[in-house]
Amino acid sequence: MSDAIRPMLRTEALDKSFVLHLRNGLCIPVLRHVDLTVNEGECVALTGPSGAGKSTLLRSLYGNYRADGGRIWVRHDGAMVDIAAASPRTVVQVRAATLGYVSQFLRVVPRVPALEIVAQAARGLSPEAARARAEALLLQLNIPRRMHALPPATFSGGEQQRVNLARGFIGGHPVLLLDEPTASLDAENCAVVVGMILEAKRQKVAVIGIFHDAAMREAVADRIYYVTPLQDAA
Amino acid sequence: MNEDTLLSARGLTLHFGAVPALVDVDAELWPGEVLAVVGESGSGKTSLLNVLSGRWQPQSGVVWYRDPEGKLADVHAMPQPTLRALHRSDWGFVHQNPRENLRMGVTAGGNVGERLMAQGARHYGRIREEAIAWLGQVEIDADRVDDLPRTFSGGMLQRLQIARTLVTHPRLVFMDEPTGGLDVSVQARLLDLIRSLVARLGIAAVLVTHDLTVARLLAHRIMVMQRGRVVEAGLTDQVLDDPRHAYTQLLVSSVLQA
Amino acid sequence: MNTGYNFAYLDEQTKRMVRRAILKAVAIPGHQVPFGSREMPLPYGWGTGGIQVTASIIGADDVLKVIDQGADDTTNAVSIRRFFARTAGVTPTTRTAEATVIQTRHRIPELPLREDQILVYQVPQPEPLSRLESSRAETRRMHALSEYGLMHVKLYEDITRYGHVSISHDYPVMVNGRYLMAPSPIPAFDNPKMHMMPALQLFGAGREKRIYAVPPYTAVHSLDFDDHPFRLTRAPHACGLCGATDSYLDEVVLDDRGGRLFVCSDTDHCETRRAAGHAGPDALAAE
Repeated sequence: MSDAIRPMLRTEALDKSFVLHLRNGLCIPVLRHVDLTVNEGECVALTGPSGAGKSTLLRSLYGNYRADGGRIWVRHDGAMVDIAAASPRTVVQVRAATLGYVSQFLRVVPRVPALEIVAQAARGLSPEAARARAEALLLQLNIPRRMHALPPATFSGGEQQRVNLARGFIGGHPVLLLDEPTASLDAENCAVVVGMILEAKRQKVAVIGIFHDAAMREAVADRIYYVTPLQDAA
Repeated sequence: MNEDTLLSARGLTLHFGAVPALVDVDAELWPGEVLAVVGESGSGKTSLLNVLSGRWQPQSGVVWYRDPEGKLADVHAMPQPTLRALHRSDWGFVHQNPRENLRMGVTAGGNVGERLMAQGARHYGRIREEAIAWLGQVEIDADRVDDLPRTFSGGMLQRLQIARTLVTHPRLVFMDEPTGGLDVSVQARLLDLIRSLVARLGIAAVLVTHDLTVARLLAHRIMVMQRGRVVEAGLTDQVLDDPRHAYTQLLVSSVLQA
Repeated sequence: MNTGYNFAYLDEQTKRMVRRAILKAVAIPGHQVPFGSREMPLPYGWGTGGIQVTASIIGADDVLKVIDQGADDTTNAVSIRRFFARTAGVTPTTRTAEATVIQTRHRIPELPLREDQILVYQVPQPEPLSRLESSRAETRRMHALSEYGLMHVKLYEDITRYGHVSISHDYPVMVNGRYLMAPSPIPAFDNPKMHMMPALQLFGAGREKRIYAVPPYTAVHSLDFDDHPFRLTRAPHACGLCGATDSYLDEVVLDDRGGRLFVCSDTDHCETRRAAGHAGPDALAAE
């Protein structure tokens, strides 16, 4: 390994459990002592059976789920920042500049057109440049121009997900987390997404993703990280 | 108090007889961010809003405000005239019932222009122009500028209240259930309007709501209150997606998905 | 002249109380000072406030003029003048130039006043914000905090509705740059006379129990907008009797066929002009 390759994200003994107070304080451990390192330009695919905690791990890396123990180091602004212990404000800053996340489903905001939803996530671009880039991405993902001015509330699941993807990729974040990015897409659009991920890797983006499709995993992943289920699948 | 915070509260306590409205509550607000305070009736969220904005006195605790020059002021030690002037300029308060903050017998233009006139604006033409511009910002037709609010619908009244509040470019706005009592479609439009105004104008806001979807849409951070205490606080997505306190879990699980 | 009353009707302690209120009022131009308004031998609404102020300041050497809507000869003016003649024995006059104290209802004399004169106004409603804000506690707060936006809103509304400010009488003014004041129901036409007047102006409201004052040479500005400045309005006629074109006019209906006559509201002003030889178009018709 050349010393020019830098780790962009590294967890140390990451622990995450859920305590369900509504079920008498039932405690469900999901992640225990997860050590994961992802370098720039690398794509790591999280695998494991359903319910093992892949999504939990991804969300924990984004700071969406709060870790119970351990550290989550992210290279932000030249330094390694521990997301698990950071203040909410710091997490916001890291998300803005460094960590990008594409969820499984687009959370719909009323009345805002698809183009705006994507353009608003752009960083370091003028409003016109942001809109131009957003348009290019939407077209690349086969969302026709006539739909760009529409709010996505009425789009199909697959169309909404493609808007979501455009919004995730336009930011150019150095670390990108993808949660089942192509679950509702057809083969043609899957191929587009593969292309986008490969291009991101060429741009030194560190990608961590959950891909249910083995072929896709083959095409983009450099490494597999197996998430061991702590509970028997119910 | 942190270098950057706009508003900072420590140890706020307030009881009404034996009923705890606020029990040792801390809160912080940075410029340009929206903090949602959620809870059910009796949680203390409205009490918190009223104490933060200086309308009610706490029994103990302090609220610090950083003015545009960077100076810190104790909100409850301020002389009345200063606090009132603050409410008319740098601060805003959006009430749940817009009629409480509007003059129903005065035209829309007069309502929006009042804060300008209170600050010394003396040119009728310019006051009217600015009123029309703000009405446009809240999506009220310019040709309604001379109409009385009596003729406005509920959603329009709320938007008029917002225009009246924002006309002096406040840096901090307190909102008490701004979409409460409105029809759902009207709510959606109003929420989007608030969202874009807050983002565009860089306004910091403390938003009290019982509606978690409103909090998710508008707020960066959220505080969950129960019986006067803050039981959980953090980024909105953190608290709503990974609720840890029993009460928060109850609230989140109770929200019906349409 | 033994009427069994103290000089000028009021007892000396009451006069002291009123004078203290007057001193406070003069010290804070335009600010309403509460006072212990006494029962007077005429009902509220007939000038009890003005009478109490006059009674407290008048001396045996004073010369008193009393006008009502500019006229010396209306019932009200005659009654009040006789009241002071009986209780104080002061010399009455109808000539503005000769008076040292002038009590007036709803007009300022046309002749500019001097430093040695005092103008006492009868005031029905001392609170300029009374029609806009019904709570007196709130209006007091507004005066204390100088929060007068509401009055400007009212002017704004007038311009929106009528294209101009529609206040014809009791037009609100800013006194000494600090207090909003109700000048009493004088016509807006008279407002400019209050500005930098050499005479002391005292205002008495008996029913509302308030006294306020504008000291000599005080700035008094009628509220307006930069692009809708305060305008003088008067009927576009000359006085039918004396021909004056710059005095405030009363309209007198002569018959039931639409015959009208415009005459100076200030009777002394008109008589003085006629004595000096001026004549208006209807000088003969009025005989």
